[in-house]
Amino acid sequence: MTHWLILPILLPAMLAATMILVARYHMMIQRVFSVVGTLAVFCLAAGLFWQASDGTVSLYLLGNWSAPFGIVLVADRLSTLMVLMAATLALPVLLYAIGSGWDARGKHFHPLFQFQLMGIIGAFLTGDAFNLFVFFEVLLIASYGLMIHAGGSKRLRAGTQYVLYNLLGSTLFLFALGAIYAETGTLNMADLAVRVATLEAADSAGIRVAAVLLLMVFAVKAAILPLHFWLPASYAEAPAPVAALFAIMTKVGAYCIIRIFTLVFPPDLEITQGLFDVWLMPAALLTVALGMLGVLGAKSVDRMVAFSVIGSMGMLLAAVAVFTQTGITAALYYAVHSTFAAAALFLLVDVIRSRRGAAAVSFDVAPPIAGGALVAGMFFVAAIAMTGLPPLSGFIGKLLILDAARSSDLMWWAWATILVGSLVAVVGFARAGSVVFWKAHQPTDKRPTQMAAEDAEPQNTSVLPMVSIGALLTLLIGLTVAAGPVTRVLSATSAQLFNPETYIAVVLTTQGKQIKSDYDTYGDTKEDPEEGSDGADTTDGSNLTEKDN
Amino acid sequence: MELLVATAIGALTAAGIYMILRLRTFPVIIGTSLLSYAVNVFLFASGRLSVNAPPVLRDGLDVYADPLPQALVLTAIVISFGMTAVAVMVALGSYLSADDDMVNDPETHPSGAEPAEPAKRGRGAA
Repeated sequence: MTHWLILPILLPAMLAATMILVARYHMMIQRVFSVVGTLAVFCLAAGLFWQASDGTVSLYLLGNWSAPFGIVLVADRLSTLMVLMAATLALPVLLYAIGSGWDARGKHFHPLFQFQLMGIIGAFLTGDAFNLFVFFEVLLIASYGLMIHAGGSKRLRAGTQYVLYNLLGSTLFLFALGAIYAETGTLNMADLAVRVATLEAADSAGIRVAAVLLLMVFAVKAAILPLHFWLPASYAEAPAPVAALFAIMTKVGAYCIIRIFTLVFPPDLEITQGLFDVWLMPAALLTVALGMLGVLGAKSVDRMVAFSVIGSMGMLLAAVAVFTQTGITAALYYAVHSTFAAAALFLLVDVIRSRRGAAAVSFDVAPPIAGGALVAGMFFVAAIAMTGLPPLSGFIGKLLILDAARSSDLMWWAWATILVGSLVAVVGFARAGSVVFWKAHQPTDKRPTQMAAEDAEPQNTSVLPMVSIGALLTLLIGLTVAAGPVTRVLSATSAQLFNPETYIAVVLTTQGKQIKSDYDTYGDTKEDPEEGSDGADTTDGSNLTEKDN
Repeated sequence: MELLVATAIGALTAAGIYMILRLRTFPVIIGTSLLSYAVNVFLFASGRLSVNAPPVLRDGLDVYADPLPQALVLTAIVISFGMTAVAVMVALGSYLSADDDMVNDPETHPSGAEPAEPAKRGRGAA
């Protein structure tokens, strides 16, 4: 058993604690620590991805306790892919935060960033449902701090809403876990898969409730229609680098849906029939419709991007809801694409906000921004990717989703919603682009307030922000050019998901340390209870049994 | 005993849900606390209810309390306690900076229509 698997979780955790303890007041040291740490996590993630790329499932037993009793970390193709994606996103986002000076506008940006990274990576790697809850809380509590970073009354208001909404989500998660434990007596995902499969369909009310509750919890995270209300305000009001990092938080929800509902409640399981085609698919399509209408109806660029995230989550979940191998492949491709596209857009919105003076991100006409051509070009590329126009990766992702949706009963609904939704999104983004970048060149009388605002705000001369946005866009272009190899890797990933036998076998058969007591092992006493009766503690035990309720 | 515990969970949940549907932060936070109490009892009950049974396995023992939910409840209590504290601090910060303790979306709520204020750093740290 190698210890590599736990390093991407341990490293950010230790780094964050170190930063708080020794480098609290030294922004420069924090920046160096944070960048080096994130680079190291990226290298580890790439290593794990490479290790899992031949289909091996590696396991880490925490404290060396064997599987259903101890907590396990599991690295298969899906989790290493998600970890790599998180680490890849974190790096440019962190550089942007440093370059734009966002990290210095409040306290503890870098430690919180590292804790957030730890929570996200932990959620991807864990093989235990309760441990998943704990990592959810780690990433949430870090995200609360990041969300209200730099303060401001609107941000605090949005932050309150975000905290309360997620608090409810966590409570719901606990209810789901309690119900699962009551029905199956285990919380290890592989063990759950074995036990849920043996449950009688006639006697499955409890586990069905638990499955639906779990789906709801993950839908809160993924911002699916009736549960999406937290997203627009939070993402629009959060500091830009934080909003960009949050682009992967919705994917944590999507990841959990894919993981739990391929492993524990696989599509051919009788007791959860209809959960996807009857419930998730329509909800996902409505989410697409709502997201795209929101793009059209938003009153500022930041809200528009937030709604486009909702729309893209709808598309992703529509592909998941098909629940075939091609569907999951399409969903994974779209997940990778939409994470980077959304992050690039959030960062661009921040560039626009800081350069437009008083008009900020509203759709008011304002004078041209400094370096307008570059920003406009980047916005154009990111918008093309996000709305799914050819030639960028959004188009390929959408094609994959449409292709996968052919096997669904709701195929025509899916095609109509996705295609019309894309058109609406194109109109919305075109309007934003033309107001912010084109109308600016129409002769208007500069209002004095804007002049003053422009003078007051010193232009940020650092090239780092633009470089990091450029890096994200390059990733999108790379994803387009290498679409063939990427899709092959992703279809191998979904093939592994639909054949979870290896995963289950690796988790449940790996031996940890032997549990020894003074007189006997636990396993032996269970087989023949008489054998241990000459043990020292027997008298106490028999006394206690008499106090029966 | 089952009836008593089930009623308690139900009453706490119902009260909690009623409270979180209020518009102001204080009742909502009370509501989330009530819900977290409900879920703690629920988690506890998920290991089956037993009285006067030891949670540690020993030989010759027929009835024992499931120790795992107890560990889960401990974790859940710690987390919900911390989370409630964070929620209170954030809500307080929001109230102090906006003079308003509504939980609505700032954009759709009338008082959110005013132009964005510059960041107040001292309070932002709260």
